[in-house]
Amino acid sequence: MKLKGTQILLQILKEEKVDTIFGYPGGSVIDIYDELYRSDIKHILVRHEQGAVHAADGYARASGKVGVALVTSGPGATNTVTGIATAHSDSIPIVVFTGQVPTTLIGNDAFQESDITGITRPCTKHNFLVRNIEDLAPTIKEAFQIARTGRPGPVLVDLPKNVMASTTEYDPSTIVIKSGEPLHKASTKKYLQAMELLREASNPVVLIGGGVLLGKATEELRTFIEKTRIPVTSTLMGLSGFPGTHPLWLGMLGMHGTYYANMAISHCDLLITMGARFSDRVTGKIETFADKAKIIHIDVDPSSINKNVVVDLPIVSDIKAALQQINHLLAELRFNLNETERQAWLDQIDAWKKEVPLTYCQDGQIIKPQYVVEKLFELTRGKAIITTEVGQNQMWAAQFYRYDNPHTFISSGGLGTMGYGFPAAIGVQCAFPDALVVDIAGDGSIQMNIQEMATAVQYNLPVKIVLLNNNYLGMVRQWQEMFYEKRYSHTEMMVTPDFVKVAEAYGFVGLRATRPEEVEPMLKKGLFMPKPVLMEFQVAREECVYPMVRPGGSICEMTLGTREMIN
Amino acid sequence: MEKTDKKEYILSLLVNNRPDVLARIAGTLGGKGYNIDSLCVDVTMNPDISKVILTTKATKIMIGRVINALNKLVDVVKVENLSDVEAIKREMILIRMNLMKETKPELMKIIDMLNCKILTFNTDHCVLQFTGGREDVDKVLAALKPLGIDDIARTGAAALERKY
Repeated sequence: MKLKGTQILLQILKEEKVDTIFGYPGGSVIDIYDELYRSDIKHILVRHEQGAVHAADGYARASGKVGVALVTSGPGATNTVTGIATAHSDSIPIVVFTGQVPTTLIGNDAFQESDITGITRPCTKHNFLVRNIEDLAPTIKEAFQIARTGRPGPVLVDLPKNVMASTTEYDPSTIVIKSGEPLHKASTKKYLQAMELLREASNPVVLIGGGVLLGKATEELRTFIEKTRIPVTSTLMGLSGFPGTHPLWLGMLGMHGTYYANMAISHCDLLITMGARFSDRVTGKIETFADKAKIIHIDVDPSSINKNVVVDLPIVSDIKAALQQINHLLAELRFNLNETERQAWLDQIDAWKKEVPLTYCQDGQIIKPQYVVEKLFELTRGKAIITTEVGQNQMWAAQFYRYDNPHTFISSGGLGTMGYGFPAAIGVQCAFPDALVVDIAGDGSIQMNIQEMATAVQYNLPVKIVLLNNNYLGMVRQWQEMFYEKRYSHTEMMVTPDFVKVAEAYGFVGLRATRPEEVEPMLKKGLFMPKPVLMEFQVAREECVYPMVRPGGSICEMTLGTREMIN
Repeated sequence: MEKTDKKEYILSLLVNNRPDVLARIAGTLGGKGYNIDSLCVDVTMNPDISKVILTTKATKIMIGRVINALNKLVDVVKVENLSDVEAIKREMILIRMNLMKETKPELMKIIDMLNCKILTFNTDHCVLQFTGGREDVDKVLAALKPLGIDDIARTGAAALERKY
């Protein structure tokens, strides 16, 4: 059957079961949009291309499917770069289609031309410029394959206008694409070694990262933990990979991790890491990180092994397959837990929990941001899908909301992209129209993609924004307070808009609370409206996120706020 | 300590013969702060596959990371560390000499002694070709330098496992 390039694109999107595209039209993609006009694929018109990519990314994180964005050439394409780099840092499977000027004009500095494959080479898993119509179908297929297999990631496909307008024979049965990445499988010997280390260990800890969620291994993890009763901590990206209300849950570790998670890491004799890459925000000073422990590192990506931390037993494998194998061996070898030894370790952890619990002080007439997040958790009973912006709001969301269900914490971990959370929430809401989706935001971040309010209203997406407004770029201000003798260089937002009025102007419901007793009633009112709602909380301006490990310090040396330094 | 442990590694990559592949390889090394000291690329017996041979200085741990990162590139089919095996390495150099009456006999003697090939020869210039290991090429250059080198072109190293 003879088809135009634009028809082939939409045909393959259907074959790939794409139901939603986030996009923004323009001259180079006008033919694709003309085809979309006749298509039943849902298109969400964003207000900025960065928003399209974050929305596709949020959609992917929540649903486990590949997210898709479509933008025009030149500025449309360059506006996607932050979104692509965000997805790349967190290994999120998205495919971004960019329009391109006709192949005859490429390299001529044509109107709205940019070398987007050149620009995005280091921040995509792979990218393509389709120069011939014959290559179009196999390239799009391969793009989806690359995005979702192995360690997932963003793939960009650049589509010149003349290629999309030309015609070719399309027969899906003849498309040959290279198979995706092979599934890494580790040898049984490695797993037997792991069993041996597990048997020898008295004080083990499991550290999970985003790989457990990306690898859809949360069930297997739970089975493993319940059998072995090993306490679990997590990176920011691993949050919601293990139930946050489980007794063996330690909370997040690292720079703003809990005291007891960091102490457990510093005192454990076996650290089993799954799908995490030992980022500097997690390890602190690398020489003292888990320095008493043997380390097992299970990861799908061989390049993550021994990159930041040299480990004793690397296992390169898909996490789900690895955990299935380990659970199988536990049963087969009749793994017997030394109950007294394990209890002693858990008692020690309990003592640390009592010594320094995760806490804050809600007193006086000023709303504490942590209080808002805690109330949000109580009122939603942990059932909401939370997205976050970046900074203090993100850390409080990580600390004071407990994530019981997988894929309910959605945040830019690696790149730390302010302006991510709100468009991501739009993407999540598209994937789950009936879910309660809440973006926990700060006044700095929300203004970076505030234009997407129009998108939410246009498509009746009832996303909720919980805005913790302190009129500061709070995290940088906190560093200035702690490390720069309170020289608040350009972190005070002297002017912020009246957020309630902004919300109302866009067609949101806007609510504001200024006193602690207003928090709960306002959340109750705002959260359950079947409309998009912005809830602004004017919070304590100079509240800091604690505990805190100084950048480059050991994770067992934490600043705890009102208490003394603990060593 | 890391610096002093650095040694030269020679990697042989099989890659898809697609546009942009070299940029991806160079970007991967450059992005991680490694310099490509020498590079040699051409298509293999299979026209869809090219072979890239590159040398870079790194520590043992660092070279492992470089290989892992290269392996992650979609268009890289295989990475071989030729420093792990016994490999034959050869470079080629083209040398254009300024010809002068008084140095000519000495030049002819060296050409003969060092096994250089004469490609062109006229009254003012001659172009020589030499193939050998890096040290041999350096030796030839050193010997010819006093006799008036006009310009040179050196290839990167090509290398192949010996296999017994």
